[in-house]
Amino acid sequence: MTTESQTKPEHTVEDLERVTIRFAGDSGDGMQLTGTQFTKTAAVFGNDLATLPDFPAEIRAPTGSLPGVSGFQLSFSSSDIHTPGDHPDVLVAMNPAALKTNVADLRPGGLLIVDEDEFNVTNLKKAAYPVNPLEDGSLSKYQLVPIAITRFNELALEGLPLNAKDKFRSRNFYALGLILWLYGRSMDTTIKWASEQFKRRPDILDANLRALRAGYNFGETTELFRVQYHVAPATVAPGTYRHISGNEATALGFVAASVLSGLPLFYGSYPITPASDVLHELSKLKSFGIKTFQAEDEIAAIGATIGAAYGGHLGLTGTSGPGLALKSEALNLAVMTELPLVVIDVQRAGPSTGMPTKTEQSDLLQAMFGRNGDSFVGIVAPCTPSDCFTMAIEAARLALKYMVPVIFLSDGYLGNGSEPWRIPDVASLPKIEWNYATEQDGEFNPYERDPKTLARPWAVPGQKGLTHRIGGLEKSGQTGDISYDPRNHHEMTLARQGRVDRMVQDIPDLEVTGPETGDLLVLGWGGTYGAITSAVEGARKRGLSVAAAHLRYLNPFPGNLEAVMKRYKRVLIPELNTGQLSLLVRGKFMVDAIPFNKISGQPFKISEIEGKIDEVLGLRGPYTIEFGQSSVLSGG
Amino acid sequence: MTAPTVPNSGVISADLPILTRKDFVSDQEVRWCPGCGDYSILAQMQKMLPELNVPKENLVFISGIGCSSRFPYYMETYGFHSIHGRALTLATGLKTARPELKVFVITGDGDGLSIGGNHLLHAMRRNVDLTVVLFNNRIYGLTKGQYSPTSEFGKVTKSSPYGTTERPLNPIRIALAAGATFVARSIDRDTKHLEEMLYQAAQHKGISFVEVYQNCNIFNDGAFAAFAEKEVRQDRMVYLEHGKPLRYGKDSQNGIRLNGFTPEVVLDAASDDGLLVHNAHNQDITLANILVGLDYPDFPVPIGVFRDIDAPVFDDLVQQQVEEAIAKGRGDLTAILHSGETWVVE
Ligand SMILES: Cc1ncc(C[n+]2csc(CCOP(=O)(O)OP(=O)(O)O)c2C)c(N)n1
Ligand code: SF4
Ligand SMILES: [Mg+2]
Repeated sequence: MTTESQTKPEHTVEDLERVTIRFAGDSGDGMQLTGTQFTKTAAVFGNDLATLPDFPAEIRAPTGSLPGVSGFQLSFSSSDIHTPGDHPDVLVAMNPAALKTNVADLRPGGLLIVDEDEFNVTNLKKAAYPVNPLEDGSLSKYQLVPIAITRFNELALEGLPLNAKDKFRSRNFYALGLILWLYGRSMDTTIKWASEQFKRRPDILDANLRALRAGYNFGETTELFRVQYHVAPATVAPGTYRHISGNEATALGFVAASVLSGLPLFYGSYPITPASDVLHELSKLKSFGIKTFQAEDEIAAIGATIGAAYGGHLGLTGTSGPGLALKSEALNLAVMTELPLVVIDVQRAGPSTGMPTKTEQSDLLQAMFGRNGDSFVGIVAPCTPSDCFTMAIEAARLALKYMVPVIFLSDGYLGNGSEPWRIPDVASLPKIEWNYATEQDGEFNPYERDPKTLARPWAVPGQKGLTHRIGGLEKSGQTGDISYDPRNHHEMTLARQGRVDRMVQDIPDLEVTGPETGDLLVLGWGGTYGAITSAVEGARKRGLSVAAAHLRYLNPFPGNLEAVMKRYKRVLIPELNTGQLSLLVRGKFMVDAIPFNKISGQPFKISEIEGKIDEVLGLRGPYTIEFGQSSVLSGG
Repeated sequence: MTAPTVPNSGVISADLPILTRKDFVSDQEVRWCPGCGDYSILAQMQKMLPELNVPKENLVFISGIGCSSRFPYYMETYGFHSIHGRALTLATGLKTARPELKVFVITGDGDGLSIGGNHLLHAMRRNVDLTVVLFNNRIYGLTKGQYSPTSEFGKVTKSSPYGTTERPLNPIRIALAAGATFVARSIDRDTKHLEEMLYQAAQHKGISFVEVYQNCNIFNDGAFAAFAEKEVRQDRMVYLEHGKPLRYGKDSQNGIRLNGFTPEVVLDAASDDGLLVHNAHNQDITLANILVGLDYPDFPVPIGVFRDIDAPVFDDLVQQQVEEAIAKGRGDLTAILHSGETWVVE
């Protein structure tokens, strides 16, 4: 081992543009914490970055088992980046199971740091390694650095009044310290955070900080690392920045919508991965007049939200795909009664319970069509974690102005992923319009529409002279009385459709990056933005005529979508589903779009989209996605 | 940016115009079958409402789906005819958002106990300040005569030509078990009693639940006739009154007493001594539960208030948390956007 008295070896410092690190360990090893702390440090330093947490499906899978592996990948850079990286440059594996499920993703030649103490017979068996991979040469294509993290950490904590288990749990701080040193980063951010976090447990705080410093010092004194790396700050627009995850941004976006509209926010929800964080966030913010309601199920959650919207509040309900399915009948009630409402769907891999902790974009058609009758709702989709803030405001703005339910389609990748965010000036946020009906003495017609938006008046209980009855039965235009008149139903259906279609006058045109016309347009929506943008930028650097456009409004589509698509010879649509946007685009515009699909629960890699672009442009033969070892299916 | 504004703070002014029954009659033609018990419930509700002294724009009727759930259309108040079984969810949301409103829920035995059974349990356990009226005709009326969760065992209906093979559940027992704070039963044919029960329920703070035995003269005619016909009513029903012994019969000559936990009929009880005295304010539901078990023909059928207790009210508590948080300083958007670690790029 190393001691203070040893002379410190010389390290050279090498400059890198971008580094991708993955921390992987048992779900009890605190890898999410380690990743988050490194992320914060990089953010404060001024790097651009993107993160991808990868949670195990089970909360407490057996220790050391393959299903119990938890990972956190982050990419930080001195230039603008859009994704958490395809292949990590560095993998920190805290046990054999973490190595097994993650090493296939590490780029050849990448740095592989493992806690060699954990490679004992029991753990090797749990990870289904017949022989110790640290010893059989199977890892020779990587720079393997086995370190006795567990033992060194124990030594660092010697004499502290903690039991062995608690000491063991500080290993992640040791690993963090080491990686901070490797990239020349200060420990300040983590020390500050830990001091606050473990305020009430000074013994644990002490242990964690000792472990952190020991890991850092080990890096400095060991001869294992000859090089330290430097990733310069990115040049980004001036302003005040913070780090934000998609679910946090979603919650804050709706808080902003409440403030901007002057309407109190009501959030009804039933816990479900990966949407629960929105409930957790909003339930803290009572000082904004927000009321949150943890309902008995998703139906009750949307029912209560419709009740609140009927009562004149900004009604918001949130869930994931299985919950959206349960909400569909009530959502139609909001369609029929023409009440403003926003439904958050943080999509996850389906069908049925599917893979709750994995991402997918497979609820687009459910959002579009998953209800009985001809039923029209607005649909928006954020494209990055911080874009969740912007699109939340947009969802509320459209719902309130057009008196229509709007579905906000986020996904697990966006919701749990995070990035630095330039905090917007509140004065720059859009206006949100809405209209309560005016109190009156004469007859009130609850379905008299605004000629421009086709919205009906919002008459709220408590308003004098406006008592009226609404419900799910077909209404007669104007009076709102029950009507079975054939012509009325025809016209009312078209009016409900027209109301959604007319939102097009209020949404921005689709923007294109790259050439105005050309060989190929890559069209995406939702969380694939980062991978598509990076792949298309790369293709252009290689001299190809490729443009990218990303839809954030899916119903209605931006008014110029058809014209944009027709300016390119081919249109490629990558999606994390079997081709749902492709189906819509083909059906609506008769554009022969080429679908490119991946349904693995993982986001696209940049290289995958590059591969497909090259195929479509005839630069290579057929491209197929190669699936590495997946973290749950393999081995166990 | 304006401060949140929601119309009508709910302050009830002293100089309210005096309302009458007619003020609550909407312009919609009532579409129930002639002779249906629903008419009586509608009439008693419209008669009772003026006594509440609540401006009609602050009254909301929310229903599910069923014959009974057509009710809101006929009321000149705010009304919401929602979807099958979910009225309580809308009512909970509305009342939570706007505690100053007076919200009624109208439901049926199928709507409230079959498809919507779960919501009923949770609204009761939360003690949301709602008045729930469950029209129990022991049949699915609107869908034309299938058995319901309250249909008697073995009942022959359109969907049970050989008789049902399911035991019914008792709505009052469910309400007691779920912790409802006001639980009562009445019957369409006893209009005075019904009006009184609706009034007491509406006055209660917290959830109030009234089961109304309602005759469906098309698909389940005479379901309650054996004990509810005028000539036999006094002998076959017992009116629960808080603090009074359980007595029934034309001259109140009969009584009920307890032998351990077992109720017994006392014919021609000369004195009240030993008769069961009703206590609706009991926190414990044991006694109320025994009363629910009384049924014709072994016993007279109890109607009246089974339980009436005070407990913290959900929507008040939610409002209180919000007000307390605001009292410490109203949320500031700029500040919350800047919360956590921030850094400045020049
Ligand atoms: C989701 C759904 N399932 C089924 C129905 C059909 N349906 C309408 S009313 C009803 C039963 C109503 O019975 P109850 O609540 O007892 O009301 P009643 O008509 O007897 O007053 C059913 C099954 C529906 N409208 N919606
Ligand atoms: S079917 Fe029965 S419950 Fe329905 S309106 Fe007719 S009589 Fe009343
Ligand atoms: Mg019924």
